[in-house]
Amino acid sequence: MCLMRARSEASTRMSSAVGLGTAVTTPRRTLRHRLADRGLDRTLWLVLPATAFVVVFFIYPFIYGLELSFQPLQGGAFSNYHTFFADPYLRDTIWKTLRLAVPSALFNVLASIPVAYAMRGKVRGKRTITTLLVIPITLGTVLTAQGLIMYAGPHGWLNRILLDLHIINQPLTLIHNYIGVFLSIVITGFPFAFLLTLSYLSGIDPALEKAAATLGASAWQRFRRITLPLLAPGLAITFTLAFVLSFSVFPSAQMVGKPAGETRVISIAAYDAAFKDFDYSMGSTIAMIMAVIMLIVIAMVMVWRATLYRGSTGGKG
Amino acid sequence: MSAIVSNEARRNRRWLVLLWVVVGFGFANLFALVASVVVDSFGRTWFGGWLPSGFTAHWYSDAWHEFNLSSVLMVTLEVALAVVVISVVIGVPASYVLARKSFPGKRVLMLLFVLPILVPPITYGIPLATLLYSWHLAGSMTGVILANLVPAVPFVILTMTPFIEQIDPKIEAAARMSGAPTRVIFTRILAPLLIPGILAACILVLVRTVGMFELTFLTAGPTSTTLVVSLYDAVFAAGIRANQSVDAMATIYTVSMMVLLIVALRFVNPSQLVTRVKESD
Repeated sequence: MCLMRARSEASTRMSSAVGLGTAVTTPRRTLRHRLADRGLDRTLWLVLPATAFVVVFFIYPFIYGLELSFQPLQGGAFSNYHTFFADPYLRDTIWKTLRLAVPSALFNVLASIPVAYAMRGKVRGKRTITTLLVIPITLGTVLTAQGLIMYAGPHGWLNRILLDLHIINQPLTLIHNYIGVFLSIVITGFPFAFLLTLSYLSGIDPALEKAAATLGASAWQRFRRITLPLLAPGLAITFTLAFVLSFSVFPSAQMVGKPAGETRVISIAAYDAAFKDFDYSMGSTIAMIMAVIMLIVIAMVMVWRATLYRGSTGGKG
Repeated sequence: MSAIVSNEARRNRRWLVLLWVVVGFGFANLFALVASVVVDSFGRTWFGGWLPSGFTAHWYSDAWHEFNLSSVLMVTLEVALAVVVISVVIGVPASYVLARKSFPGKRVLMLLFVLPILVPPITYGIPLATLLYSWHLAGSMTGVILANLVPAVPFVILTMTPFIEQIDPKIEAAARMSGAPTRVIFTRILAPLLIPGILAACILVLVRTVGMFELTFLTAGPTSTTLVVSLYDAVFAAGIRANQSVDAMATIYTVSMMVLLIVALRFVNPSQLVTRVKESD
């Protein structure tokens, strides 16, 4: 199939060059032809601008930052890395970040599945509900943080209502701690997770589920045996994006967390090193460690994703 | 048989009701959260109690003049539009190749495009900003646009590749069999099929760019500050500022983002983000 397409492309090209009257009758296939058989043909030029852009503005700066991290203000090449792992105040930021990022990303993905599942296909008021669910994207970190401080704070409406209803005896502490940052991540991250899950779910042909129903599968079986396996690769991507969002959480950890204590995440440490101590080398070092941890987690998710079925899910093309 | 079906239908309905109660509860809280910021931005003073002591709109005019918001909004719009257009022009052709072709080095290329999304902006933002300054590009609109393109281009590729993958290649093959050259296949066959995906990618890039703090913060100069950065400056910059003034600005930010999103959602069905849906039964 691929071979045929490559050949037909090559012949299209040749017919445009046929005025020259060459190459067509050569018994040995041309280099271009042989490259086309391996998938190297002119369409590959389309990928060049994007590749060049990413190399110049992402790979090159990244290597530059890596170099910078091995040029500490004092000590040998590895002294920054040594400092990071020797100092518990710095080292523990890894654990604090993961403790926040993994559960919140998981929560966002898992919570988005039932909501998206209920919203697939034809639902009354679907557009309105989707719009409502997506709107929290627009809130922004500052408004979310301000809102949490005002609404969930000790004198906020939430505690006031709960106190007046005698559900609690003293105000709940929901801000300036782990819970505050968690809530903030959920508010900003859930819409993205939901939107992605819904679109992956919408791409699955409803006929597959109907076929299963015809064969007598219950709603739960249809979800568990048909929809979920087809959705899983999409969920892996969704989790990854949600994790990136919550892993690099910085402003909300400052504003509604406890930036000196339990929510001193790794990005705060990087920021402090670079912009409070003006030690760009140390800042780069922490940033590089951050990138490595992030990539390890993502690689694990992607390895799992590679074991899943991928391909046409029957959506109308 | 019919008893079984109705039983199942009832169970499904119960499940749905429970789900919407939970979602509704979440929304009620979210609404109250936003309302408390908006109420405070109109309030005179608010120490304890259910509501502020009185209402006024002067925090808004304060914020508007103090932060020079009209030019900030203009800059934000220009940056966002430039990033959207450039990232689509660069990204969509690349995602076509990645979706359709297999060639040596494809996995490496995929990795290359996934990395800028997976690595937190602050990680590469610091060295990128340093380099842009040494190239005399930072501190201007160009620098801000370039920095924001770094995650935007791969984002377009990542959302468009699965979208193109699930367009049946037989359609293209059929067109080719009927004698259509590559150019015609792109303009007459693929473009109409791609429009929903491109629009959806545009919206996501737009929203991400307007909300992108780290990269803009690191590369912006006084004339190229976007709304989200000037909002942060208002919170963290030196000097004592009334909490209501910050609330007013946060409200302005949110309202403009909301307008953007609602306008966008009029043109695009968000559920068709990755794939087109079979709407008809």
